[in-house]
Amino acid sequence: MTEIPTSRHSAFQVLTGLFSLPAGARIGIGPMIAAVILVVIVLAAVLAPLYVPYDPLSMDAMARLKPPSEAHLLGTDPYGRDTFSRVMTGGRVSLLIGIGAAVVSVAVGLMIGLVAGFFRVADGVIMRIMDSLMAIPAILLAIALVALNEPSLSSVIIAITVPEVPRVVRLVRSVVLSAREEPYVEAAIALGSSMPKILIQHLMPNTFAPLIVQGTYICASAILIEAILSFLGAGVSTEIPTWGNIMAEGRVYFQIKPGLIFWPGLLLSLCILSINLLGDTARDLLDPRMKKREG
Amino acid sequence: MEFKSRDFSAAKRILKIRKLNVGLTGRPKAAPVLDGIDLDIRAGETHCLVGESGSGKSVTSLAAMGLLPPDALEIQSGLIDLEGFDITAARPAQMRELRARRIAMIFQEPMTALNPVLRVGEQIEEVLNMHTDLSTADAKARTIDMMEQVHLPDVQRIYSAFPHQLSGGQRQRIMIAMALILDPDLLIADEPTTALDVTTQLQILKLIAEMQERHGTAVLFITHDMGVVAEIADTVSVMQKGRIVESAPIRDLLTHPKEDYTKKLLKAVPNLAPRPSRGVSAKSDVITVAGLDMTYGGGGFFRKSEGVKAARDVNFTIAPGRTLGIVGESGSGKSTVARCIMRLIDPTAGKVTVAGTEIAQLSRRQLQPHRKHFQIVFQDPYRSLNPRWTVARSLCEGPINFGTPRDAAMDHAAELMELVDLPRDALDRYPHQFSGGQRQRIAIARAVAMKPDLLVADEAVSALDVSVQAQVLDLLDDIQEKFGVAMLFITHDLRVAAQICDEVLVMQKGLVVEHGPAGGVLSNPTHEYTRNLIEAAPGRRWDFANFRALDSAPANQGATA
Repeated sequence: MTEIPTSRHSAFQVLTGLFSLPAGARIGIGPMIAAVILVVIVLAAVLAPLYVPYDPLSMDAMARLKPPSEAHLLGTDPYGRDTFSRVMTGGRVSLLIGIGAAVVSVAVGLMIGLVAGFFRVADGVIMRIMDSLMAIPAILLAIALVALNEPSLSSVIIAITVPEVPRVVRLVRSVVLSAREEPYVEAAIALGSSMPKILIQHLMPNTFAPLIVQGTYICASAILIEAILSFLGAGVSTEIPTWGNIMAEGRVYFQIKPGLIFWPGLLLSLCILSINLLGDTARDLLDPRMKKREG
Repeated sequence: MEFKSRDFSAAKRILKIRKLNVGLTGRPKAAPVLDGIDLDIRAGETHCLVGESGSGKSVTSLAAMGLLPPDALEIQSGLIDLEGFDITAARPAQMRELRARRIAMIFQEPMTALNPVLRVGEQIEEVLNMHTDLSTADAKARTIDMMEQVHLPDVQRIYSAFPHQLSGGQRQRIMIAMALILDPDLLIADEPTTALDVTTQLQILKLIAEMQERHGTAVLFITHDMGVVAEIADTVSVMQKGRIVESAPIRDLLTHPKEDYTKKLLKAVPNLAPRPSRGVSAKSDVITVAGLDMTYGGGGFFRKSEGVKAARDVNFTIAPGRTLGIVGESGSGKSTVARCIMRLIDPTAGKVTVAGTEIAQLSRRQLQPHRKHFQIVFQDPYRSLNPRWTVARSLCEGPINFGTPRDAAMDHAAELMELVDLPRDALDRYPHQFSGGQRQRIAIARAVAMKPDLLVADEAVSALDVSVQAQVLDLLDDIQEKFGVAMLFITHDLRVAAQICDEVLVMQKGLVVEHGPAGGVLSNPTHEYTRNLIEAAPGRRWDFANFRALDSAPANQGATA
């Protein structure tokens, strides 16, 4: 009666098992291309200082609004700055803001969500605060938050994070609400485990899979919001080039030099498209229920 | 005991299955899921497919309906013939027509089989609108007639009710009406009464038999419950691991089973004869429950609402080494009592004294040190262990909470594995690598790890196959003998209660209606409700384990009311 399958799993395998493919699942060609594009863009942005030909901030009055040439691969802007160098360097900040906002909002949202999901008393108060945050349009809230602070990198990340947090909180709370009814959680209560222990060891792991998916979406939308903020002049100061403020500066010259908006815009779209596609793939792999039913 | 066992060799054959092999899609070399199934059902006959979970009963029925999931299972060879029509070669459009008119199916869970946003009457009528040319008025008249045939009360009201407004039994009646309204030749019933209470189960079984007689339908009845088989079957096929091991008329199978597997299956079936009574222990009681009340809801900010009284004035005591069973149907409050005692919920009033400490009114923090005295085993072995934790970690959780060093806890966990008859080296595996019975053993080991004085088993064997059920009951008995633990055993199944309990407490709608020694309550019930419960227990007049009738069915006295 004691035959048990002989395969063994280490704790590590279970963790990586989160990402391993279920039998029969196939990753299509789309997500593969997305992954390649994303890796190329990230590498190009991170390594930008090593290969860009010019300092992205150095002006050259003799070379204003030049068309693409050997000296300036994508031409120059009205101040004679090299567009190629600026776009590549600008990607660093954009990506940093995207990833930073995703990590911070997931971390903060996770903590608040766990508390809201597990403690009835805190739930009402926390969720009403979250509801009121969600009632304000994200962009408006972000602009207000930046306006309150210096337009620095960290204040932009905070401004983007705050409107995202309620979404994460709701997600985590809903997972905790359903997980805490599981008999294994009741068994843990019966075994005398303390509340923090149950919260962190039993309930929190349930939220990881949906949070990974949510994180990718936040990352994409943060890059976009940063661009919008810069475009509206409420973003990082123009001394630090980002895709958003390069486009903002270029819009006056759009008629004569469309490349100033086109190139950062292209990278921005590719980047967001890839991240979203990867997020969808992760969702399908992590949640078998989302797999479409054939029949 | 009366069996149906009618002879159908003269009747016309409705379903003929020959050498049916079903395997995993695209993997002809893999072990088959169904291996050479032969089956015959004639008009008016009830054929039962019985077997443990995973034996292939449901796959057989799905194959006959042409409903095998195409990306997982496929028919590899064989013949399924419905009155001369070969189902294996049917096109999807033909199959759809066939499913409505010739074969119908009812499922285990009527709530999920009905559309929650449509009125049930309209759902029955939809079948008529799809497959017949009846006018709206005729369709409605026929629907109402069918609803009357399945003995639904107040048909006009129920016609325009939504599924959630009906009870489980009423929903199953709707399903039956829907299945039979086009007068099919074959009705496939896949565990149709498993989710119902015994008294409702009895009514539904009677209804199926009545409808069958009236319409001459052939019935393929799938169940795991030998008692139900004895009540309803004409012929029986016993399935094991995708094969039919034995096929015989019901009386022959129950009196003279030929195959070892059939014998083993029958021996494991519990009957209503109570266990031999054990001596009363002289030690003081482990648990005393006095005047326990639990009301859900109630209060309310603007308007005082009544609330639901799930348990009212429950009193009992259990001595070390003794088992008290709480039986009752769903909604009787038996689980509420268990959860109050475990303090998973807070009782509204009353006293619960465990190992000398009054725990009902303690705060969560004050309760913490006393938790080790009482432990619980849940019903669903698939959900009561954290799927992300190794067995070792689950077993150590409790002792470590109470200050046992990790090494000592690990050593103890290894001993516990042996105690529950599992290998020590399975400690670093994860729950999904075990079967349901093995997981339930682990759950028991986890509870025993705390060396509790009181073990609460909340429907702990209800989700298990009968043979596994018997093993787990034995294990609980062993543990009780070894550690002298007092046990509170919650179950809806009187037969299980008879196997393990010294005392039985019968609950109905939150009230204790009867309480006494198991032998007394089960053989000499004084309350109407207890009598009904016993009367409804399927196959109660048959002693499956000894292949004979129970000559003096213990509940016969006074059960005529």
